[in-house]
Amino acid sequence: MNLRVSTGPHLLTRENTQTLMLDVLIALAPTTAAGIYLFGLRAAWVLCVAVIAAVLSEYIWLKLMKKTIVIGDLSAVVTGLIVGLNMPAGVSLWIPALGSAIAIILVKQLFGGIGHNFMNPAMFARAFLLASWPARMTSFLLPERLLGTSQAAFGVDMISGATPLVTKARNIPLSDLLLGNIPGTIGEVCKVAILIGLVYMLVVKVVSWHVPVFFVGTVALMSWLVGSDPLVAILSGGVLFGAVFMATDYVTNPMQKIGQCIFGLGCGAMVVIIRSWGNYPEGVTYAILFMNCLTPLIDRFSSKRVYGMVKKHA
Amino acid sequence: MPKNNLRGVFVNGIFNENPVFRLVLGTCPVIAVTTSAINGAGMGLAATFVLIGSNAVISMLRNFIPGKVRIPAFIVVICTFVTMIQLLMQAYLPSLYEALGIFLPLIVVNCIILARAEAFASKNGLMASIVDGVGMGLGFTLAMVLMGTVRELLGNGTVFGFSLLGASFEPVLLFILAPGGFLAYGLLLGIINAISNKRAASKKHEEVKAA
Repeated sequence: MNLRVSTGPHLLTRENTQTLMLDVLIALAPTTAAGIYLFGLRAAWVLCVAVIAAVLSEYIWLKLMKKTIVIGDLSAVVTGLIVGLNMPAGVSLWIPALGSAIAIILVKQLFGGIGHNFMNPAMFARAFLLASWPARMTSFLLPERLLGTSQAAFGVDMISGATPLVTKARNIPLSDLLLGNIPGTIGEVCKVAILIGLVYMLVVKVVSWHVPVFFVGTVALMSWLVGSDPLVAILSGGVLFGAVFMATDYVTNPMQKIGQCIFGLGCGAMVVIIRSWGNYPEGVTYAILFMNCLTPLIDRFSSKRVYGMVKKHA
Repeated sequence: MPKNNLRGVFVNGIFNENPVFRLVLGTCPVIAVTTSAINGAGMGLAATFVLIGSNAVISMLRNFIPGKVRIPAFIVVICTFVTMIQLLMQAYLPSLYEALGIFLPLIVVNCIILARAEAFASKNGLMASIVDGVGMGLGFTLAMVLMGTVRELLGNGTVFGFSLLGASFEPVLLFILAPGGFLAYGLLLGIINAISNKRAASKKHEEVKAA
């Protein structure tokens, strides 16, 4: 067992970073499997490259900085996998590799390693890549299964399509939205798989329900207010994937339950604002990054007063 | 600060007290206009011109400006030089003038210039103030060119307009956008701090050894 000296509270538990990350990986398994099933072997390559690049960059950085090598805690694997799941399946393989390196080195290690990053590394990597190579990051493939033909994994005849958010998704049946028969990134399309992952994480108490529920609920409510179909708003694009796997990241999340509710609310509101009035069709990435930056502030105003401590300000 | 050591004053502005990387002053143009090396150089030289002029005039007037109204008085002097450089650039370098945009008139409120007026020119003689202006201005210009070079190279594949990385390089567009400015600044600042920390450590080590 990996015992480390840390600040309190010192609970005696079998849980450590590794078991926690393992639970997240198990929760990501249905989404990963669905992504590979829908988009074919090409998606598997993207995910592989992303994970390997993440672990390698963590290893190399820790080695160069002469720090303890902690890649065994699986956190780099989780980051890499999420970076990969945020890619369109047909992307050139150097993009996920660079994305993972950016996530691990620029966002995680430069700020002091695991637990010290103020932004979700995978989300920042996605924003970075999206701003740098917008065309590569938004040429989504239609899932192979939708075509009814089995394409060669590296075929040139890949068909790209706009996300349902662009085409407004009026004519896509609900079952297709749920099962993932829509263009999008590898991880975000299959909503059923994401929900299975959420249920698992809730059952083993890896995450609490506050952030995802408030996030998705706010998106539904606000989408309804601005006049679009709330169900389509939730099921198209990356809202569910972001709310379940990226907004729930411990490090960049408020600590108190009330703070997490505010965090989810803010994310949801930002998503709808960006979708309705922004330049981008999708705003989940920026919404989560924005609220990541506000997390210290939310923590400050939602922190419980410790018994016996004097209030600093009235 | 050694008053008579002009060389010390000059070098001070470039390395030990580099306004951008050591004093972290005037960061607004550093992030905003360094989308290319040429923009960085233009902005740096414009600020240098203003800095030398304002330092010289403020140093000459330092015994006449009453302490209570010194800031407005400094601003008037700085404004004069900014207006001059603005009109000159508009006349002779119209494309650079367009590229720098609002940040050219904003040199008026650039904290490097005001800081040097307040901290140096109002307390030192004419010659020292001019040298300080040159040193600080060059330090600023060097930092701006460094930022511009890094961002232009990564974000456009060129330096001063010359293609360096070849056709197969796909520019990291982010670096010539606003977030790239913050990223490049933070990373360069970190690298420079790491180097100077290492130097200080080895210097200390040598001193301990010598003793």
